[in-house]
Order: sequence, then C-alpha cells, then structure tokens
Amino acid sequence: MSRTTTIKVRLNGKERDVDEGLTVRSLLESLELHPSLVVVELNKEILARDAYGDTPVREGDNLELVHFVGGG
Amino acid sequence: MTENTDALAQARALDGLLTIGGHDFRSRLIVGTGKYATNQVMVDAIRASGAEMVTVAVRRVDLDRTKEEGILHHLDPKEFFLLANTAGCYTAEDALRYARLARAAGFNEWIKLEVIGDQTTLLPDVAATLEAAKVLAGEGFKVMAYTSDDLITALRLEDAGCVAVMPLASPIGSGLGVVNPYFIREIKRRLHVPVIVDAGVGTASDACVTMEQGVDGVLMNTALAAAKDPVRMAHAMKHAIVAGRLAFLAGRMPSREIAVPSSPLEGMLD
Repeated sequence: MSRTTTIKVRLNGKERDVDEGLTVRSLLESLELHPSLVVVELNKEILARDAYGDTPVREGDNLELVHFVGGG
Repeated sequence: MTENTDALAQARALDGLLTIGGHDFRSRLIVGTGKYATNQVMVDAIRASGAEMVTVAVRRVDLDRTKEEGILHHLDPKEFFLLANTAGCYTAEDALRYARLARAAGFNEWIKLEVIGDQTTLLPDVAATLEAAKVLAGEGFKVMAYTSDDLITALRLEDAGCVAVMPLASPIGSGLGVVNPYFIREIKRRLHVPVIVDAGVGTASDACVTMEQGVDGVLMNTALAAAKDPVRMAHAMKHAIVAGRLAFLAGRMPSREIAVPSSPLEGMLD
C-alpha cells in the first residue's frame, strides 16, 4: 500500500496541500496547466522554464502561477 | 478582397510605417483585449481593427477555473504582436515585478508600463512610472510608457530610454476623447520617439481628431469592447485612424471666422 504524504504550500495566495516529492513541472501537470503558457514565481523569484523539471516543491514554498489575460 | 480593403490599402500607401523600437507596424492602431463580452467578439473585433499590436495583462492563473482561461487560448501570438502591460500596479516595485513576469512568458521584451496613482481617475503616478522606466530600460526592456499629458514627464520618459511615450487623451475607460489637444501636439513636437495616445478615445471621431494632432498612433480598449457592436466599431476605428493620419499629413486649410466663397465672383449675369 502506498501512502502519499502531503506538504503545505502557498499557491496563488492560498494554502494548499500537495503531494510530497513533486517538481514544479509535475505540479503544473497535476493542475493541468501547460508549462509554456504559465510563468512561475517561486518565493518571489521567477523560475526559468527549463528549471521546472529539476525544481522540487518544498514545504512552505510560496508559488505564484501567472499567465496572460485580457487587458488594455 | 473588397472595395473597402483596396481603399484602405491605397490610403495606407500614402503614409509610412509606424516604427517603434526598431519594429515596423503597418497599423497605427494598437488595441487592448480586456472587457469583451466573449472571446469570439474580441478576436473578431481585433481582426476588424487591423491592429497588429495587442495588449494583454498579467494575472494569477485561476486554479478553481471559475474564471476564463488564459487569453492565448483564443489569441494566436503568431498572428499578433503581444504587448504585456503592468495594469493594476500602484508602485514602481509592483510594475517591475509584473514586467519581469511578462518577459519570462517568453514572447518578447516589450512592456506597456503603467503605474496608477489614483483609484478614482486612474491617472498615472508619473514619478513612479519614471522610476520604473529607468530600471526596465536598463534591463533591456522596450518600454512603452503610459503617462499623463505633461510635456516634462514625457521628455523625462524619453530620456529614460522608453521606445514610445503614451500620453492619455483622457482618463482610462472615460471615452471623453482628447481633452487637451494642445499638450498632445506639444509632446509630439518635442519628442523623437513615437508618441502613442493611450486611453480616453470614445468613438471614431475622437480617434480621428487624435491622429490629426500629428501623433504616431492610438491605443484603445474600452472604445471597442464597450461599443454595442465592437466589430463594427473596430472597422470604424480602423478607418478613423487612417483618415486622421492622412488629414494630418495632408495639412489642413487655415480656419478663419469669415466666409470665403468657393465659386468665382466673376462671370455673374447682369
């Protein structure tokens, strides 16, 4: 039996429990977000796209996932 | 295609290109993508406007999917030149953060810098705008700065390295047209970088009058999105921009407060 432990992160301003052991890339995939359409800010620093796969999501991380919306 | 397209092409042939930051645009109209009733109307209106450069905003992804998805699901970045904005920012620091996020999206290094100073009028905080413009230009951004119709600020923004300076016609979303044509003309006369009038245009005559001041282009959003028929209004704006531009280039007749007959005074019958 596999038990997944979860960690608490702050995701777009809200506390969330996510699976332990995720990378930023697998987190985006679990949220069904296309990495090429999303920009990730991790603890107030912009994360380069090619680092998504190597960057672990850790307890207490503050993640902002942003994209382009309609605007003037 | 149609007679209208030919007429527009002929008119455009009498005008040069709009060059901003080394990039050429055929259209002098830049449009926003906000506030449309549906994404389809937005896309149809933008296509009808003939605009090549379109503005977009940077916002959090809605993880609960209660709002609509990102705009790039509807707008092809290969078809339009994306100009991300820092709309909604009230400090230079916030504007820098949004600009850097926008650049990290990977399309280009252009930014429509906007730092708002007052919630009621949405007038720009020109000191904060100037501060952010200096930093962003230093980081290699091509900054198009939204500003008030103040000449000195416009000159400082040019000195800061902005590729275009964008004074308002009147407050954002007001549709009041150009409230101070003299200052717009003076800014255009004194700057070397393109001057794009951003915000306040309400209808086609406003766009035409704005272009008649000699500016290089107009940026609008609400005038299209809030029209009863945005696609029709987009067609109207496209023609109004060209009409105003050509009228400026043509040079208007002197206006005078006396009548001057157009027909000969000689050859009248006894």
